[in-house]
Amino acid sequence: MHAIALDSKYGVPTVAIHTNAFEKAVQSVTRMHGMPQARYTFVPQPVMGKTAEQLRAYVEGKSPISGRPVMQEVIEGLTRPAEGDGIKENKFERSTPRMVDADSDENLHRLFLENNWTDKLPIVLPTEKRVEEMLKHTSRKPDEVAGHLRSNQFRQYWEFTVEKVAVNAVMAGARPEYFPVILALASSGVSARGSTTSSMAAMVVVNGPIRNEISMNSGTGAMAPYNHANATIGRAYGLLSQNLQGGSLPGDSYMGSQGNGYAYGTMTFAENEERSPWAPFHVQHGFKPDDSTVSIFTGCRSTAFTLGVREQYWREHVRSMLRGMDAHSAPTFVLDPIAARQFIDRGGFDIKEKLIQWVYENALMPAGEYWDYQLIQNYVYPRATFGEEPYASKLKAAPDEMIKMFKPDEIHVVVVGGETNGYWRIMGCNYQKTVSVDEWR
Amino acid sequence: MANEVQRNEIADVAGNKRVAALNPVGYPPKITPKPMAPRLESLDGKTLYLVDPRFDDSGLFLRQVQDWFADHMPSVTTKLVEMSSVYTKDDPKTWEMIKANGDGAIIGVGH
Repeated sequence: MHAIALDSKYGVPTVAIHTNAFEKAVQSVTRMHGMPQARYTFVPQPVMGKTAEQLRAYVEGKSPISGRPVMQEVIEGLTRPAEGDGIKENKFERSTPRMVDADSDENLHRLFLENNWTDKLPIVLPTEKRVEEMLKHTSRKPDEVAGHLRSNQFRQYWEFTVEKVAVNAVMAGARPEYFPVILALASSGVSARGSTTSSMAAMVVVNGPIRNEISMNSGTGAMAPYNHANATIGRAYGLLSQNLQGGSLPGDSYMGSQGNGYAYGTMTFAENEERSPWAPFHVQHGFKPDDSTVSIFTGCRSTAFTLGVREQYWREHVRSMLRGMDAHSAPTFVLDPIAARQFIDRGGFDIKEKLIQWVYENALMPAGEYWDYQLIQNYVYPRATFGEEPYASKLKAAPDEMIKMFKPDEIHVVVVGGETNGYWRIMGCNYQKTVSVDEWR
Repeated sequence: MANEVQRNEIADVAGNKRVAALNPVGYPPKITPKPMAPRLESLDGKTLYLVDPRFDDSGLFLRQVQDWFADHMPSVTTKLVEMSSVYTKDDPKTWEMIKANGDGAIIGVGH
């Protein structure tokens, strides 16, 4: 995308070199940004971790896509005028039809599957009647714009209406009374199908009266497939994300190298406000207890897990868990109420903020080890060298000096579970925002 | 009820039920075509900026591109520059600098 800007906006002839794993993604991004004739070439994947000699061989070698010498394509990209006007060959005025062609039930299921409109599990066909029933549970008009989504920052936003959200909610098997929650998620601007090579998933925490109105589970098995609302709201968020942002297709608009099982249900649950010893998550973020909200986390990948908060070595245990986390994704503590109360007993954390402060002060790592992580090199080191705090100060630390891994505002605590035992886990994920459900009723 | 069934299930001439369903896909953005910068007649004597997005050892890769130009096209001046911050952020200062001082650019790897 930077190459497109440098070429078209600043008038500098530019060639981008990509790795071959991104062939379809590059074609898609350049087309959607209005520059399908952009000049690029490819070298083999990966570049990361290769020696200078191996990389020189890439440069001296041929593109694994075209079979032509890499440097020949670079030089031609800088010197050869565009052949014809590729832009005129593309149709830029497009619209998505409201209906698909009527067909048999079996054929429509096959159509939705083959068009990559599903999560590869059976869906409920979105007939007009079912969509109408869904729409009865919001005061918003069907043709009202409900939001915009995109799969990553290099893609352009797509737009969608309330009716389009309802279509995806029906497909997920959601009941109409869940619809305001699903609309709130859709309106967030945060995709549950983000395209990153790191295979992210999203996590959704529901707070306020809506939890009980629609019988969500915040107790035993809340994060597992045992509650209709939890399961289908999370599935709807995933389906609407992929369909309303223009797709989520491996190799094209989804680049997660390994994928992520958390993405199936988009880990959706209610906070156990009734049994939590602390203020609810949404109240921490400026809402009133009687407000109904959804809070969205992304980048969910790493998980650490244990039982209880032991009297003698709890500090060491938690520090070890934190050291084992991905240093780039801040920790969200997901605590059974038993574990939450144990944290109060052990550490005196009578409010969540005290636990967060303790985690901030105790998530430590030697500076040399921290800065050598590839994710830190990719996403934090450049910001540090640019002078952004607190990273710039961390960069001054000696290699063996212990530095803080996270910022306090990146650390979060949520209480969920049925108190069958004091298990708890740390999710490595990034809190994005809390959105009102009430505004979508 | 009869009307509802009729709205969702359409019988074809053979009496087979056909279902009418809504399309779940959102609305794509209107694409604005972008022009390419005029290409160079030759690289001879030109200055090329090699832009490092600071992603997955891209700087090490671009140093090999720089060496290639030194070995094969010594009349080309290459300058290796890092983006100011992470690759996800726009970097207009660097782009302006390249526009003012360079004739072309190579960005790699990715982005």
